[in-house]
Amino acid sequence: MKGSTLFATGAAASVILALVLTRVAPSEYFFFAAYVVLQFIVLATAWNILGGYAGYVNFGSGAFFAVGAYTAVVLIKAFDAPLLLQLIAAAGVTGLMGFAIGAMTLRLRGIFFSIATVAIAVICETVVINSAFVGGSRGIAILQPTAPAWFGSYTRLLFAVMALLAVLAVALARYVQTSWIGRGLRAIRDNEEAAESVGVPTLKLKLFAATVSGALMGVAGAPFPLYMSFIEPTSAFSLNYAVSALAMPIIGGTASWLGPVIGAVLLGSLQQIVTVTVSSELNVLIVGLLLVTFVVVAPQGILGLVRKVVGTGAVR
Amino acid sequence: MPIELLVEAVIAGVLLGCFYAAVSVGLSVAFGLLDIPHIAHPAFLVLGAYGVYVLGEHGIDPLLGGILLIPIFFLLGVAVYRFYHAVFEKRGTDAGLRGLAFFFGVAFIVEVALILTFGVDQRMVDAPYIGKGLALGEFRLPLRMLVSFGVALLLTATLSLYLSATFTGRAIKAVAQDQTALALMGADPVRIKQWAFGIATGTCAIAGALLIVVGPVEPGLGRLYIGRTFCVAVLAGLGSMPGTLAAGIILGVAESVVLTSLGASWAPAVAFGILLLVLAVKPAGLFGR
Amino acid sequence: MKPTRRTLLVTLAAAALMTCGLAPAQDKTPIRIGLSIAQTGPLSGAGKSGLLALQLWRDDVNARGGLLGRQVELVVYDDQSSPAMTPGIYTKLIDVDKVDLLIAPYATNPTAPIMPLIKRRDLLLMGNFALDANAEIRHDKYFNNQPWSSAKDAAAPFLGLCKKLGAKNIAILAADAEFAQNLANGFRQGLKEHGFESVYDQNYPPATIDFSSMMRAIRAKKPDVVFVASYPSDSTAIIRAVNEIGVGDSVKLFGGGMVGLQYASILESLGSQLNGVVNYHVWAPEKSMDFPGIREFLARYQAKAKQAGVDPLGFYLPPYDYAIGEMLAQAVTATRSLDHKVLAKYIREHEMKTVVGSIRYGPTGEWSNPRMIYVQFRGVTDKNLDQFRSAGKQVVVAPDAFKTGEVLPFGEVRK
Repeated sequence: MKGSTLFATGAAASVILALVLTRVAPSEYFFFAAYVVLQFIVLATAWNILGGYAGYVNFGSGAFFAVGAYTAVVLIKAFDAPLLLQLIAAAGVTGLMGFAIGAMTLRLRGIFFSIATVAIAVICETVVINSAFVGGSRGIAILQPTAPAWFGSYTRLLFAVMALLAVLAVALARYVQTSWIGRGLRAIRDNEEAAESVGVPTLKLKLFAATVSGALMGVAGAPFPLYMSFIEPTSAFSLNYAVSALAMPIIGGTASWLGPVIGAVLLGSLQQIVTVTVSSELNVLIVGLLLVTFVVVAPQGILGLVRKVVGTGAVR
Repeated sequence: MPIELLVEAVIAGVLLGCFYAAVSVGLSVAFGLLDIPHIAHPAFLVLGAYGVYVLGEHGIDPLLGGILLIPIFFLLGVAVYRFYHAVFEKRGTDAGLRGLAFFFGVAFIVEVALILTFGVDQRMVDAPYIGKGLALGEFRLPLRMLVSFGVALLLTATLSLYLSATFTGRAIKAVAQDQTALALMGADPVRIKQWAFGIATGTCAIAGALLIVVGPVEPGLGRLYIGRTFCVAVLAGLGSMPGTLAAGIILGVAESVVLTSLGASWAPAVAFGILLLVLAVKPAGLFGR
Repeated sequence: MKPTRRTLLVTLAAAALMTCGLAPAQDKTPIRIGLSIAQTGPLSGAGKSGLLALQLWRDDVNARGGLLGRQVELVVYDDQSSPAMTPGIYTKLIDVDKVDLLIAPYATNPTAPIMPLIKRRDLLLMGNFALDANAEIRHDKYFNNQPWSSAKDAAAPFLGLCKKLGAKNIAILAADAEFAQNLANGFRQGLKEHGFESVYDQNYPPATIDFSSMMRAIRAKKPDVVFVASYPSDSTAIIRAVNEIGVGDSVKLFGGGMVGLQYASILESLGSQLNGVVNYHVWAPEKSMDFPGIREFLARYQAKAKQAGVDPLGFYLPPYDYAIGEMLAQAVTATRSLDHKVLAKYIREHEMKTVVGSIRYGPTGEWSNPRMIYVQFRGVTDKNLDQFRSAGKQVVVAPDAFKTGEVLPFGEVRK
């Protein structure tokens, strides 16, 4: 299929570009900022699998992210585990969380589901605050190991890892979107009762989408403690992650895998620039304003606007 | 835990609970009766609190300030509802996600606007009843909690009466149950809902005053109250005013007892834990329709 | 017009000449010192005053011709008193602003998160009132400016007071944050050694605003001493709770490590509610604290503070932040270098004279001779800031070297 080969080439090229950049790019700060943008690509893509494709709005993305991060912390402190193991463990734990909220959809729809995700987020945060092993409210310092010589610094290694994760996440989202799973999820989003009555296995699909979404968010969070060298609950569970994970797909376009990528790159880069040059409040204000504007004026996001201008042709 | 401590915790919990009821009553109307995913309700509360703070800087007593702000907030509510209706309710279907996202965005914008205007520092008001305790036999109760208790009772009672005794009030309840029937009876559902949302936002003015009387406020305070207000509104059984009071008290007592026995680190989970429990067991709430 | 080969050669030659001419001459670009400080948020009461002192130092240095012939420039960001902001800010200072020297944020909580980063980049960092921030990281280029050496030493005088008042049961209330936990742990260690019993030991999340329940629980345990380690917002809320709920008649000693009870704004707003509280401080206008140069400095600071609208008293952060500047200046001038390794070696090996006395550093980058005091508030009246300018309102009760009065039981002072 032409679409698939094009995508695969693009994906491979992105990874190679990332690896090259780790040798070539000028300042450490570039990696510091670029890492955040890549992280948001993963988060936004993950959110969109459940939110955009299936229509279940998760407000607790921050908790999945933070649980992934704290799982990594536990593994580092208890077993001195390598990064790969941290990623796998984080995916496992948050995947289970995702499964749990998927099960919640049996009884809760719409805003009730969303409020329940906030509830789970706060409960997770409270548990972490009460866990002295991971530092509680006080936080904990995590020292970076020395990087393999090729990378020059551990931050660059993490940047490359996050680039790879971003490509994997987007590939996964694309697969879900174009397969029968995606069709089923779209049916659920449009009218769940009708889908059920026609024989769509709604519960299985929702569980799948929620688990994958959760696991990806956790994986986005796992390298965070190493990246910051320090982690504490207030910033890890910050509502900013929840809003960004939601705003980026909405701004980019929720119907396709490309939307969250566009949203994450645009909004993420804008945020990094504004934080450096102006202030971090303005950064949050911009996210809020853009979200409201797009939701009101361009509900299909940037992709939708482009489609209107260029003419239809599904993005595959 | 010694029995006197438990009794004192329960009494404090009742006072706290009535306060929670007062800050949730607007949500009971907006979300409970009108089915609007009003996640920005706590942000409006904090806005009300800051409004009272600004008036307080000019020497106006917080409760009086809250009352003075009610008409402004009413109009704000009407404006917000008209916008929401025009953009979302009319178009139906996908409005669920977008309506939610809209209010989420609004909540964020309000919070950041407050940070940009007032900074992140905590703000307090001064009043003769803030900072003193009342001794009732063995127990010492903060005066500000007693004041908020009184105002909260008054607010819920007034609203309850309004909804059951006046024509518009009953129309609001009717619009929640069956919009078409109401339209057939000659009342315009959109105007009724607009009026109701205005009232709901109006309560944010006086509830915001209570918020700043009970403790210091800072722009991010709304996040703490998302859980509490929704917990109370859902537990109440959407739309019931007496239910809101009962639910508030239940939450208040639970939090107070947990605070006293397990300490402050588990308190935030109480509201959400109860909420999850209610959603799992009886989503219709205590007095649900 | 196309540049001919000839014009190109001429330009190159000119450039070469110019660079030759520049090479031995001095670099006239300013020396940039980067830091973040709490200009908003709960720590800003002291943060702003510290910044003013640093600016005073910068102006003094520049008036004398600068350092190494170059003017000094401060690159300052507001960290909003938040530990979440500092890692990003310091990464920016190092990689984007490319400053020459670094000063740590004010206070322990915002400093802890940047320690791994600083160690990784092997940079010199001048600490600013951070307790035990280097205890685990053990960075060899960190020098904290605060008159205590460790949490255990900081808590020792307070424990001495407990003994003096014949206490047996202790209640501990501490914020779950870096500073409070460091100090409380120092206190808890000392408890065991002195044979006291802890009847209540609670950590609360830093964002807690209501302490009524905790105050009730403490009262129910009837302790002799209540040791509190808190940050400004909670300190205020806790003192208010004592006023509303009461802590019980059994309590003889209340306070300890409450940050914020040194800030002028909080002193003014709490007023008489402070009476009887015993709390740490670094300087008080008492006879025993008249170090050479301090009064003159405070006079200059207070004049500027009035204009700038910051802490009018300046007893807490300002003299020490001015001293940070003085130490950097001495190190840079003596070594004629901005190399962090060279500067760190100098600071570690030399005793430096500053406006807060002679400073000598120990192996972990803390003062080798601690000088923290505990004061008891007495006879404080409401809404009167000027009363704190004279002796008698903050009586120094520990350690013995600086004592100006004997500690009185809590209840007695509040009658």
